[in-house]
Amino acid sequence: MAMLEVSDIHTFYGNIEALKGISLEVEEGEVVTLIGSNGAGKSTTLRSISGLSPPREGSIRFKGQEIGETPPQDIVRLGISQSPEGRKCFQRMTVRENLDLGAYMRKDDYENDMTRVFDLFPRLKEREKQKAGTMSGGEQQMLAIGRALMAQPELLLLDEPSMGLAPILVERIYETVAEINKQGTTILLVEQNANYALEVSSRGYVLETGAVALTDASSKLRENPDVQAAYLGGG
Amino acid sequence: MVSIVELPFPVIVLIFGALLLGRYLARENRRAAIGFTVAVVVWAAAVPLFLDSSGGVIEDCIIALAYVVMALGLNIVVGYAGLLDLGYVAFFALGALVMGYLGSGFVSSAGGGEGIHIFVSEATQSLPGLHVNFLLVLVVAVVVAAIGGVLIGLPTLRLRGDYIAIVTLAFGEIIGRLVLNGDELVVGGQKVTNGRQGITPIDRVDLPGLEPFKSLELKPWYWLALALILLVLFVNSRLRDSRLGRAWIAIREDEVAAASMGIPLVRTKLMAYATGAAFGGMSGALLASYYNTVNADQFRFAFSIFILAMVILGGLGSIWGVVIGAVLLSFINSYFIPDVFNEVPSKIGLDFDLTQLSFGIFGFLLVIVMVLRPEGLLPERRRKLELTGSVATADEDIFEARA
Repeated sequence: MAMLEVSDIHTFYGNIEALKGISLEVEEGEVVTLIGSNGAGKSTTLRSISGLSPPREGSIRFKGQEIGETPPQDIVRLGISQSPEGRKCFQRMTVRENLDLGAYMRKDDYENDMTRVFDLFPRLKEREKQKAGTMSGGEQQMLAIGRALMAQPELLLLDEPSMGLAPILVERIYETVAEINKQGTTILLVEQNANYALEVSSRGYVLETGAVALTDASSKLRENPDVQAAYLGGG
Repeated sequence: MVSIVELPFPVIVLIFGALLLGRYLARENRRAAIGFTVAVVVWAAAVPLFLDSSGGVIEDCIIALAYVVMALGLNIVVGYAGLLDLGYVAFFALGALVMGYLGSGFVSSAGGGEGIHIFVSEATQSLPGLHVNFLLVLVVAVVVAAIGGVLIGLPTLRLRGDYIAIVTLAFGEIIGRLVLNGDELVVGGQKVTNGRQGITPIDRVDLPGLEPFKSLELKPWYWLALALILLVLFVNSRLRDSRLGRAWIAIREDEVAAASMGIPLVRTKLMAYATGAAFGGMSGALLASYYNTVNADQFRFAFSIFILAMVILGGLGSIWGVVIGAVLLSFINSYFIPDVFNEVPSKIGLDFDLTQLSFGIFGFLLVIVMVLRPEGLLPERRRKLELTGSVATADEDIFEARA
């Protein structure tokens, strides 16, 4: 049984059907990536899983438990946390306050995880008392990922971690993503910038207009001429 | 009681202002801040000793204190949680109505015309109607207002920003209309309100171990209002630093991000509405007893704006800012405009009183503050950052070595 089983979900924004029957699976320990162009439904899929935009039809099972209608706060408690699209750090709070909020649902002592995040992103340790809004895009991305880790997730959802960042930084972020996975966190990744995403992931799904167009091992997807033409800037 | 020495009002205000300013300037230094807080409280408690105890100034002071309680309540909803509430008058009305029902002859059929009396002084015990001890009324007012807050909050949960303002505005207006026309609404043989005529007289506050309050000896009223403020200040500052307070600020900053963190939006927002409303109800009950009437003219939309202006003027989310804002606007409204400067237009040959311009003056003050100091008089640190802006570091600095 896969850790996350999404089967045939339909998610709507008002009357607009953003997801038209998406199915996917994530096995424990994997990094899985969703690629696709703007409006393909990548972020909506993550929002459906995290409960922010619950699906109207279909089922989402996490470790065998149905979570399609579970409110977001309970989904975080079950072990899924997300770094949302556009980072959405709390601009006027310090790095530490942001991380504290990441651990909002936890009642235990989370100082260990704070240390872990600072080890993964030493830059955040340097800026511990600085307001998130005064940091660069790359630093805020690190903070968004770190904040999601504070919830101690088994499954981490990353929404476009490379958005708006310089290539050198994207590389650094992806090294850290691989490191987080190595430490035992399963990752579901959404990317427009497919190059790095396919490098770090084991499998990928290609979404087009709210449906899965193609799925394969990441290495195969990288060699697929259609994928190259559409998402890898090759052709 | 006779006052020790009668100080002129401006002197009292100047000392108060100086102490509060000291408190603000010392906010980074914990010990000095505590010292100034104590000084502010001691001074505030001592003020009635320098005033004529049935004079106009102490009257204005009591009203200002009651407004501080309300402004601190609204500050939780608007300042902490960022939910723009334009119908705060509803909770003033609910609190006042509870006081009206439970502390007057209004419910005349109660106890078969004999009246029902719960822990009240002997003088009141022969009166018809419901008469409940003020402390109990206060508890009921808080509970009723909090429930009202949740009910008004519920329909706004799916809304954001300006739309919340519109819905709350409508609810404030509904309650105002209800009080106005309540004399024609009869439930079980009992009118709902007395409309414009008002429910009057209302029982004076009667605390255990003390003489019932009187209308010509105003010091006890002042101290009671001050005690309520201390309670509300305590709750406000504890809430700000609590888990719930952090959740409110997170929602104000970014609702989607807050939800992704596992903050339950519905419960957290309703808690803000309920807590804010509870303080409004508390103050409403006190004011009803103090004014000795609950009538429809008290519950107008302009009142919501008045309280909101105090919060904005002082600094959204800033406890001391809101205290200052409330005291300032309240005195401008009940002292400076009618008592000090009212004659100014006629002296320069114009044919109107300054009181007719009250809201024009408030608006003008708000505009001035927004231009010169958009974050309010004593801003909350976080909000100040938002409005003054700041320079983001460049990504290039993160790694010195670039390809």
